[in-house]
Amino acid sequence: MSIDRATVAKIASLARISMSDDELDRMAPELSQILDWVEQLGEVDTSGVEPMTAVIPNHLRLRDDVVDADPLTGGGRRDAVLANAPAAEHGFFGVPKVIE
Amino acid sequence: MTELTDLGVKAIRDGVTGGTFTAREVAEAFNAAVAAASQLNAFIVTTPEHALAAADKTDAVRAAGLPLGKLAGVPIGMKDLFATRGVQTTAASHILEGFKPQYESTVSQNLWNAGAGMLGKLNMDQFAMGSSNETSHFGNVISPWRRSDGGNAALTPGGSSGGSAAVVSGRITPAATGTDTGGSIRQPAALTGIAGIKPTYGRCSRWGVVAFASSLDQAGSMARDVTDCAIMLEAMAGFDPKDATSLDLPVPEWSANLSNDMRGKRVGIPREYRVEGMDPVIDALWQQGVAWARDAGAEVVEISLPHTSYALAAYYIIAPAEASSNLARYDGVRYGLRELPDHAGLQDMYAATRAAGFGDEVKRRILIGTYVLSAGFYDAYYTQAQKVRTLIARDFERAWETCDVILTPTAPNAAFALGEKLADPLAMYLNDVFTVPASLAGLPAMSVPAGLDGSGLPLGLQVIGKPFDEQGVLNAGLAIESRAGFSAKPEKWW
Amino acid sequence: MTDYRIHGATGEWEVVIGLEVHAQVTSHAKLFSGASTAFGAEPNSQVSLVDAAMPGMLPVPNRECIRQAVRTGMAIEAEINRWSRFDRKNYFYADLPQGYQISQLYHPLVGEGRLLIEADEKAGIAEDKWIGIERIHVEQDAGKLMHDQHPTMSYVDLNRCGVALMEIVSRPDMRSPAEAGAYIRKLRAILRYVGSCDGNMEEGSMRADVNVSVRRPGEELGTRTETKNVNSVRFVMAAIEHEASRQVDVLESGGKIVQETRLFDPGTGTTRSMRSKEDAHDYRYFPDPDLLPLELEDDFLAECRASLPELPDAKRRRYIDALGLSPYNAHVLTAEVETFARFETLLAETASALGKSEAEAATQVANWSLSVAPGVLNALGSEANPAHATAQAQASILKMQAAGEISGGQAKEIFEIVLRTGRDPAEIADTEGLKQQSDTGAIEAAVDAILAANADKVAEYKAGKQALFGFFVGQTMKAMAGKGNPGVVNQILKDKLGGG
Ligand SMILES: [Mg+2]
Ligand SMILES: [Zn+2]
Repeated sequence: MSIDRATVAKIASLARISMSDDELDRMAPELSQILDWVEQLGEVDTSGVEPMTAVIPNHLRLRDDVVDADPLTGGGRRDAVLANAPAAEHGFFGVPKVIE
Repeated sequence: MTELTDLGVKAIRDGVTGGTFTAREVAEAFNAAVAAASQLNAFIVTTPEHALAAADKTDAVRAAGLPLGKLAGVPIGMKDLFATRGVQTTAASHILEGFKPQYESTVSQNLWNAGAGMLGKLNMDQFAMGSSNETSHFGNVISPWRRSDGGNAALTPGGSSGGSAAVVSGRITPAATGTDTGGSIRQPAALTGIAGIKPTYGRCSRWGVVAFASSLDQAGSMARDVTDCAIMLEAMAGFDPKDATSLDLPVPEWSANLSNDMRGKRVGIPREYRVEGMDPVIDALWQQGVAWARDAGAEVVEISLPHTSYALAAYYIIAPAEASSNLARYDGVRYGLRELPDHAGLQDMYAATRAAGFGDEVKRRILIGTYVLSAGFYDAYYTQAQKVRTLIARDFERAWETCDVILTPTAPNAAFALGEKLADPLAMYLNDVFTVPASLAGLPAMSVPAGLDGSGLPLGLQVIGKPFDEQGVLNAGLAIESRAGFSAKPEKWW
Repeated sequence: MTDYRIHGATGEWEVVIGLEVHAQVTSHAKLFSGASTAFGAEPNSQVSLVDAAMPGMLPVPNRECIRQAVRTGMAIEAEINRWSRFDRKNYFYADLPQGYQISQLYHPLVGEGRLLIEADEKAGIAEDKWIGIERIHVEQDAGKLMHDQHPTMSYVDLNRCGVALMEIVSRPDMRSPAEAGAYIRKLRAILRYVGSCDGNMEEGSMRADVNVSVRRPGEELGTRTETKNVNSVRFVMAAIEHEASRQVDVLESGGKIVQETRLFDPGTGTTRSMRSKEDAHDYRYFPDPDLLPLELEDDFLAECRASLPELPDAKRRRYIDALGLSPYNAHVLTAEVETFARFETLLAETASALGKSEAEAATQVANWSLSVAPGVLNALGSEANPAHATAQAQASILKMQAAGEISGGQAKEIFEIVLRTGRDPAEIADTEGLKQQSDTGAIEAAVDAILAANADKVAEYKAGKQALFGFFVGQTMKAMAGKGNPGVVNQILKDKLGGG
């Protein structure tokens, strides 16, 4: 078994998913099984092999420095940005108070 | 007279363009079919008014004597992974329930621009994670197909584009959009007896498509036959400056250049796809496919893709890793579900929202992805998987020296009963064993219906092509399709 | 001895400092979206769907941001990586909509470079010193949280979210607060010369993360702490001073330094620990799959290089070598973009007014720029309108002075009137009687009168009391109400008094 319940709890907290004891009990062996299975990759000799960066030969295109050239990727649309917010007030998104 | 709902994309487009019937008549007929198919649970929301409005627009354009689009008068189903302006878009999740985008995905916008209308948003595996459409927050999609043994077991339409496959095969929509990350167009197409193509990575813009695994996700078309897939893909594809991985290439006229003549083409048969314990029915179908290819004039060559057996494991590291990060934005702050227990702080709100909003399979993959990227494990898992991915891509590059397309089965099995594989996530993952390698290499690939198994359930063959060679894939698909003469369709029981 | 040491109860300690400076890249639009970067807009009004991380949104990099970072790299003599990548840094916070920051960990855009801080006796920097710069990478800024607007909620404003930053990471090469201050000032000057960042620390365009550790001189590096987001040179120096002595206190009382993130409180001048989560440092960096590798072409790099201005060190050297300025004057004149810009304009204007080379005019213009003009300006205070101090007006004053038409004192008086009124200096000199008398006849008459009235002193002078020459000059000038051209007065006096 590659990961135990405590490890699952730790990952779940890192991923911000709260989990009940029952869920942890259920998930731990499932995840272990999957991770044991993917470990077969360790068998592959990859010395001198570069990790994949772009699946298709293609260059990163860059955008011109123009504001709001396309409304779909520009600003100035606060209503659209806030339209689905669970708590929007005075033009802000509201979240539980954060103490820094 | 044949019913309008028996018609596919080309027949509807040509009928509307030629004035045989109006786009409104078509939309009404399919709206009725959609309304009558609620037992399949294939739609999360239906949008009859959208289909009618698009149809009326097409009819008006025609009446004015103006040129009509490639998809004039064709109503389609839209996988719920595509953002549609003002229409709920959930990726079949609870966490996005009620979310109405203020924007339209590039692919869906392209389709509307070509004259298509939307019948509804199609159910799917939650965040496209699944191969049986059993991970949706909105319930399973039930395949229109039933086994010929007289049993009424509810079958899977495959996944993740399960709703798309169900409605196309059930003659409820003439075509539907799909997305394919590891086989999510091809496997459900195979399981429901329809055609489906995933183009070269970058052909279809990912802008406005809810992300699962960015380096793998590709939209594609699902329709009753190869020609319809080609027409629809032409409308969907195209360069989009909003997607940094979009291919800046013109979209070829695939449908105009279709040919089922394979003379001068070499079809590669990868020996590593003959997996141990392979269902003899699948193997027999594959051999039949080889014979059809020969009949079409192709030369058949055996090829080797030596790293095939590692593809699935690499995929189940890379895709969850990307997903764990892509799905971090679902946090209850800006849209979607927010769970705020008493006295919860910000981080508690995140954890509660994500616990309530994600289904089990999504959580599983987020956790796997989080784990393989975490400190101390990154190189052993993620970097190694990306290196294996390089080797898999190299396998294909080498294969292209001796063949033009590759022919394989699409899935290792026919449709299975809902619930059958649910208890064992790993067994479910194995459903994508034949489709994942092409995804990892970004290659165009399609599934075409090729025959029925002993229970009368459809089986598909997969064609994989070189980068940018959708034409070669479609032509090989057409060669098989025209020789297979697949005409089976599910008996209407719903 | 200029080595900075903390004198602890048990002996001396050396401070080791490294700085990570976040500098906002000058651009109109954000790093990955088309939303504006302008400062001070209504909350969430400069937020695109991309910045708000709506489902399905994708980043496309802004060429100008890449270009400015490359130019900055070139300005610090750094290696420019033709192949770089963007990585995701994953963590959850309300100012980070994507749940990750797009940054560059594994393959930054700019590699190893360096920056020269200059000797500064007063600050305790004995000699010029190179500070290594490990890298510059490009990344997204986060949004802003407001905690004081609502009793139970914090408010999120995403206007800053996605603005391009350069993170400039120094080597731990600094050994005193003064060196750290000099480093930031120099870095700021370079950024401003290059035009890649406005350097406005008040608006948050530059913030420093301050890494501090202490050790016994000559020993291994100690454990460091990182004090985040310090936003002025003064605060950086104060944070180092406080943090270093805090660490010494901890170590000398038998404690251990915990590697941690701290916050600087400008009110008290102290640092305090930030509450840190146990997983706070597992950022799960991996290459952003939405973006391909960034590959730079030859002509892009050539344009970046060609567009670089003369940089501070080169300019300072030229001021000393070619213009003959003192090292101190050269240092001061090149420290700020505005200073050298004003100086060079005035120098060009003055040289052309005088019909001389810039080298010949430089010392006069430098003295005027660094001491005379600022003196007048300061003395006038709010009565001065600095806008009136055009290069043309000042050059006209300097020309009159060089030609002997006005004295130094008159130059100041004329400049004062210029600053108040914006009137033309030549016209002021004419109408306000602010001109020297060079008419030899008038001067001769004045000299004759003085010599006649002081026959006893003339005799003493002729008997060898040479020091009286100054007395005659003073008397003559006084008689002429200060308007006599001192050169002419001197000459005539010498002639009349004889060789002495
Ligand atoms: Mg830092
Ligand atoms: Zn940073």
